[in-house]
Amino acid sequence: MGHHEHNLAIFRGKLKFKSNEQKIWGVFIFLSIITIIEVALGIVKPEALMTPYISAFEGGFMATMANIVLAALIYMKPLNLIFIVLTIVKAYYITWDFMHMRDETKALRRMVVWTAIFLLCYLVLILLVEGDYIFEVYKNNYIKFDF
Amino acid sequence: METTVATTASQGGVWGGGNRPLRASYGKMMMWFFIVSDALTFSGFLAAYGFSRFKFVDAWPIADEVFTHFPFLHGVPAPMFYVAFMTFILIFSSVTMVLAVDAGHKMKQSKVAMYMFLTIIGGAIFVGSQAWEWATFIKGDYGAVETKGGKILQFLDTEGNRVAIGSFAESMQTTAIEQESSNGVWFMSGNDQTSYSFEEVKAGFLANENLLIRTQYLDADGHPTVLTREASVTKIQKDGRLVVEGANLKRNEYGHPLFADFFFFITGFHGFHVFSGVLINIIIFFNVVIGTYERRKSYEMVEKVGLYWHFVDLVWVFVFTFFYLV
Repeated sequence: MGHHEHNLAIFRGKLKFKSNEQKIWGVFIFLSIITIIEVALGIVKPEALMTPYISAFEGGFMATMANIVLAALIYMKPLNLIFIVLTIVKAYYITWDFMHMRDETKALRRMVVWTAIFLLCYLVLILLVEGDYIFEVYKNNYIKFDF
Repeated sequence: METTVATTASQGGVWGGGNRPLRASYGKMMMWFFIVSDALTFSGFLAAYGFSRFKFVDAWPIADEVFTHFPFLHGVPAPMFYVAFMTFILIFSSVTMVLAVDAGHKMKQSKVAMYMFLTIIGGAIFVGSQAWEWATFIKGDYGAVETKGGKILQFLDTEGNRVAIGSFAESMQTTAIEQESSNGVWFMSGNDQTSYSFEEVKAGFLANENLLIRTQYLDADGHPTVLTREASVTKIQKDGRLVVEGANLKRNEYGHPLFADFFFFITGFHGFHVFSGVLINIIIFFNVVIGTYERRKSYEMVEKVGLYWHFVDLVWVFVFTFFYLV
């Protein structure tokens, strides 16, 4: 098996652990804190996070571009955005520290992560746009669905 | 088997199969390939869930009104607590797994065995919890009425509390005839009967002045729309068709049937992964105990099964977010 070199620093080197075992417990505490925050937000659902902070821009081409770039802030509740960001943070630490991605070569990391991220973003974008379109069709057509 | 583990490096040259692309052994690399493809499968499911949810975004059930139960706490609404508990169980079993991998690097057989055992226990608790969650979901809560258009009507009192159909339905002489195999196709039996018929629920609803109907459509604040008494009476008389109790693949008393379909499919597929993970962990556990990896001088198998186990945890993190939180 040889000697395993473990990278023992997390948070971009700001937090260094003395041993691999300590790092595992440190990451566990971090993941637990995030989960507790998620559950607390999910139960409380603070009023301030329930409506988007920015409303959609209106006007010409630039307004449309701005709506696309800032879509996550315009069309999503801040609460849901927080949930998704926290989920990605959790996924990062599970992959990097529990699955030892931190200790693999850069090429292996990129092979796994970018393949998934690229295909996923594409699929999610297409399906959500299409789903929203069908919703509009149901809503604005001349057939009654609520009976 | 020994050639498949890390000892291949000693066999020298590139053409002898001795090189390790990306400095990962064959087995680990293949596990990563599998994980990427499985991650894409799960993403496909979750993206399909998002698609269906966006299609019916104004009529989608609110998760913390659906999953409000906690074992042994009957009648106490505890939204989210049980899934939060399940999430912690799975994260903790990930921790014991990675501790087993770490002990394996240090060639400490008994420690690996102990941590593997704890991981198996955690996995078993998780699968059991999921079974309980399913059972509660299938059994249902308050019951509802389905309209001719397949929409769900739920019942509230004037204070806005949910009311179970059993508490107001009037019992009537039943006109339903039990289906028997002697006068039908052999595979048909009378199990589809709900505990109250639609006529009973309707009569009880009309007799109780303080009952209102809540539709599955959400208002501007994201709460289900509550009809006035007059509108409720018109609605149940004009559109009501049958009683729904609990959830299955066709009907769902909590709201849109697709919610139940995706719940069963995605958590079921994930639960199947956890189940197979537990089985694989048990096999590896026994291999550790009988000293297979001690003789092989490498605990890399523990590391590989660990990758799979962490992946299952990773998927749950996303399922938790998109099913229960968002």
